Parts: sequence; C-alpha cells; structure tokens
Amino acid sequence: MKKRSPLTRLVIDKIIKSLSIIAAIAGILILLIIIKDIFFKGINAIGFDFFTNNMRPPGVAGGGVKNAIYGTLMITLVSTLIGVPVGMMAGVYLSEYGRNTRFGKIIRFSLNIMMGIPSIIIGIFFFSIMIIPLGHGSGYVGAFALSVIMIPIITKTTEEMLKLTPDSLRESALALGIPKWKMIISILFRSSKSGLLTGILLAVARVSGETAPLIFTARYSQYWPDDLNRETANLTMTIYNYAGQPFDSMVETAWGAALLVMGAVLLLTIISRFIVSHGN
Amino acid sequence: MNRRLEKHRIFDNVFKYITIFCALLILVIVLAISIELFLNSLPAIKEFGFSFLWSTDWNPVKEKFGAASSIYGTLVATFIAIIIAVPFSLVIALFLTEIAHPSIATPVGYAIELLAAIPSIIYGMWGVFILAPFMAEHIIPPLQSLFFFLPIFQGKVIGGQGIFTAGVVLAVMILPYLTSIMRDVFNMVSPQLKESAYGVGTTTWEVTRDILIPQGISGIIGGVFLSLGRAIGETMAVTFIIGNSHRFSFEIFREGNTISSTLANEFAEGADNPLFFGVLMELGLILFAITVIMQLLSHFWLKRYGVKT
Repeated sequence: MKKRSPLTRLVIDKIIKSLSIIAAIAGILILLIIIKDIFFKGINAIGFDFFTNNMRPPGVAGGGVKNAIYGTLMITLVSTLIGVPVGMMAGVYLSEYGRNTRFGKIIRFSLNIMMGIPSIIIGIFFFSIMIIPLGHGSGYVGAFALSVIMIPIITKTTEEMLKLTPDSLRESALALGIPKWKMIISILFRSSKSGLLTGILLAVARVSGETAPLIFTARYSQYWPDDLNRETANLTMTIYNYAGQPFDSMVETAWGAALLVMGAVLLLTIISRFIVSHGN
Repeated sequence: MNRRLEKHRIFDNVFKYITIFCALLILVIVLAISIELFLNSLPAIKEFGFSFLWSTDWNPVKEKFGAASSIYGTLVATFIAIIIAVPFSLVIALFLTEIAHPSIATPVGYAIELLAAIPSIIYGMWGVFILAPFMAEHIIPPLQSLFFFLPIFQGKVIGGQGIFTAGVVLAVMILPYLTSIMRDVFNMVSPQLKESAYGVGTTTWEVTRDILIPQGISGIIGGVFLSLGRAIGETMAVTFIIGNSHRFSFEIFREGNTISSTLANEFAEGADNPLFFGVLMELGLILFAITVIMQLLSHFWLKRYGVKT
C-alpha cells in the first residue's frame, strides 16, 4: 500500500463520502424530477372529459381516453387470469415436486432465460405466430404476450415464498392425512399469502406499463373496444401514438395518459411494498 | 372411506400433472421463441449471410439491409449507460451500507428502487420532451468542447436526441438494479473483516477500496452483466429518444437506432415484405441471442459467487 499522510487519507475519505451523499441525493432528485415533470405536464389533460369521453379523431378537441382505460384494464385482466395461475402452478412444481430433480433444474434454467427476454421480442413472437394467421390486431393476443412477461415473475416469487415455509408444516399436515394438493393450497398458500400477493401485484404493475409487446398485437384504436379479439385501445399505445402528433391537444392527452399510467404503477408498487413490511 | 381415498389420489395426481404442465410451458415458450425467430429469419440469413452483421446498408426500397448501425447503436448506448451507472450506483450503495444510518438508508433505498417501477414509455416521453432539450443546451456542448480531440464526440447536435441521450436514460433505468446488487454484495462482506479494518484506523474509503470492492468484485461483475442484459433489450425509452436514423455514424451525439428501436419502428411496414420481415426477425434473433448470453453469464457468475438474483 502506498504511504500517504493522514491528512491526504482523511481528505480523500471526505471527498468520497461527500460524493456518495451527493449521488444518493441525485438519485432521489431524478425520481422526484421525473414524477414532478410528468405530474405538471399531465395534470392539465386530466379532467372530467378525460375519463368520460372516448378518443376523438386527430385535431378534434374534447377527446378523452375512456376507451383506452377500459382496454388497458381488460388486457391486464386477461393477462393476469392466464399469468397468475400458470405462474403459480409452475412455482408449486419447482418448490414442491421438482425441487431437486433434473427436470426442475431445466425449468429453472429456462425461467432465468425467460425473465431476461426483451419485451419487444415477445411482441414480435406473438405477431408472428398469431397475428399473421389472424390477419388483424387482437387485444387477446396482446394479453397473451403480457402473460408471458408475467409468468416468470410469478413463478419465481411463488417458488421462493413456498421454499420459505418450514417443512414441519408440510409434514404435520400430511401426517394428519390431508392430501398433498389440499396441503399446498390451504396451508402453504395461506402461510405465504402476503408474499404471493406481493408477487402478483408487482407482476400486474410491471405489465400494465408495458408498451412494446402491444405495438404489433393489441395495436391501437380510437374506438370503444367492443371485441377484445380486434385492435384494442390501450393507454400505453395511446401515449406512443399521441406523443409524436403535431396537435398540442393530442400531446397533452399523451401526458395525461402518462401520468395516469405512472400513478397507477407507482401506487401498485408502493402497496406491494407496504404488504411486504406489514404483512405476516 | 376407500372411495374418498381413491378420489384424493386421483385429485393429487391431476394436481401434480397440472403443475408439471405449467412448468413445461415455460420451457416450451422459450424454445418456441428461439425456433420461431430462427425459422423466420432464414430468408434474410440466406440472402445476406454473415455480412449482414457489419453491413451499413439500410434501404428497404432497394431491399438492401445491414445490421451494423443497429448493433453499433445498441452496444454504444448500453456502454454509455454502464459507464455512467456503475460508479454512480457504487457510491450510492456505499452510502446505503457504510455511511447512512439505517433510518435514512431504508427510505433512500426504497426511493432508488422506485426508479425501476417507472414504465419504460414514461422514461421515453420524459427523455424526449424534457431531457433531450436540456442535454442539447447544457450538457452536450461543454462535453464537445472538453473532448474536442475525439472525433466520436463531434457532429452537429439537433435537439439532443441521439445515442448519448438514450444511454443517459438507460443509465437511470438500470441504476436501481445495479444499486441493489451492489448493496447486497457489500452487505455480504463479513462484518469481522470490516470491523477489524476500521479498528486499525482505516477510513471508510480505504475499507471500500481494499476490502468491499475486492471481496465483492465477482458479485459486482455479475450485476453488471445482469444490467447489461436489461439495457440491451430496452425498447420504448430508446425508441423515443434515439432519433431512429439508419444512417451509420460513429458520432455518439448523432441520431441513431438500436435493434429494439428498429423492431418497434419498422415492423408494421416490414411485415408485408418477406425479405424485410426476415431481416427484422434476424435482428430479433441477434438481440435474443445477446440477452440470453448475458443472462447465462450473469446467472453462472452470480451463482458461483452465491448472490441471489
């Protein structure tokens, strides 16, 4: 080690310490600045019309995003209905049946790859296998694409949460003669309730802000989504389309939609964080 | 009684096979994505061969395609993000583990983690409308005059959109992942080692430089791989900010494109032309391969080291 005078050592230490405090403050400031900017740009657009009107053609004032809110809710709901059960069952397999098996290892390996697949790749995959044969956009296909993003998140949290429950709980239940499936659902699931709920909330938060998988699947529409098997209006695609438009009112609507999406996602994330720290 | 037992046994088996089916689905989806990407990119692979990777052509009308500008944009934007985010997250992790009292470190840690929750498209809109003009006015001109001797820092700046600004936004987006991995790595260093170092009078920075970083270097490298994988595939934010130009240029303040932004922009148009579609699927295949490799490297690296991902 180089010899340095105590003073230099102290000065270097002070400099690094101040840098690290500045960096931490900068990190928080970036978060606050983004939230502030989106809030003040978006709040002007949000009013009664914003929630009660459908989109209007370009340049026509007074449009809202009622159809896009509904579309996003429906797409997220369908993807949750697919992603949660599939993800949880796969997690149950990894924790309860295939913990040390070869097949379990292969699945865990694929799970890690699946988690890292960029969402745009999932979008073009579903375009290629479903939208080309269908010949038109579909909200359902968008929901399938989102469920592929959801499944690995839920599988991973389910596996980890179930692994945390003590074996004595499983053994005493089985010793009482309860069948294994019932033991898993009514004892393991119940004892890791808050962890599972957190995983689901985080997965829902994650997919409700996704855009890339929807560009080629659910696409975009300015009408009320009567049929989820057609192009379906949704909030993130509205932001994507409106942000680049020449009409100020449309850019303003995009900011409003951005505020709505960001608010919802942050709220879900904070709620899940709250469940983690206050759940049992 | 026996009939009830029999019923339970059937239920138990059905339940078990449902879980096996769902687990198998994960493997099937991953395989199906790789096969689908490969099969659909065959027309482009046959037409252009390996020269696709370094060709700078991009002319959909004349059906001349090359991936060089997309690969260059992807790698450079990711590199810029890593260069900015690694030291930034290192000092934040230092603050969270060594400097701040837990009552301050916990909420600060939450706030940094919230950056990961903001959707990519929000970063995109914020980046293009607010950050890009700011960069063009206050950040890029001083950088250009400071590095006047480096050709890649030159070039006319229009509106601040470009590879550099995209890299800066990517840095903010991977910051929470890097910070939380570095914090975990620092926390894993044995307290005895740290305390004995503090005990003989070393400063916080010396403990970091000579104990925390050498002890945690494998974990830090694994975390960098993991964040690289995320940054490389990031789509919406980059699509908004990078300018989407296919003219190849080394200059980092210029508009460019990445693999993912090209997919987002050109797919609607390219889907009707078999060769163009093949080109886009091949770009997807390249991106998929890069992220899988990053994922595997980080997975094995971190696993060897015992860090939870």
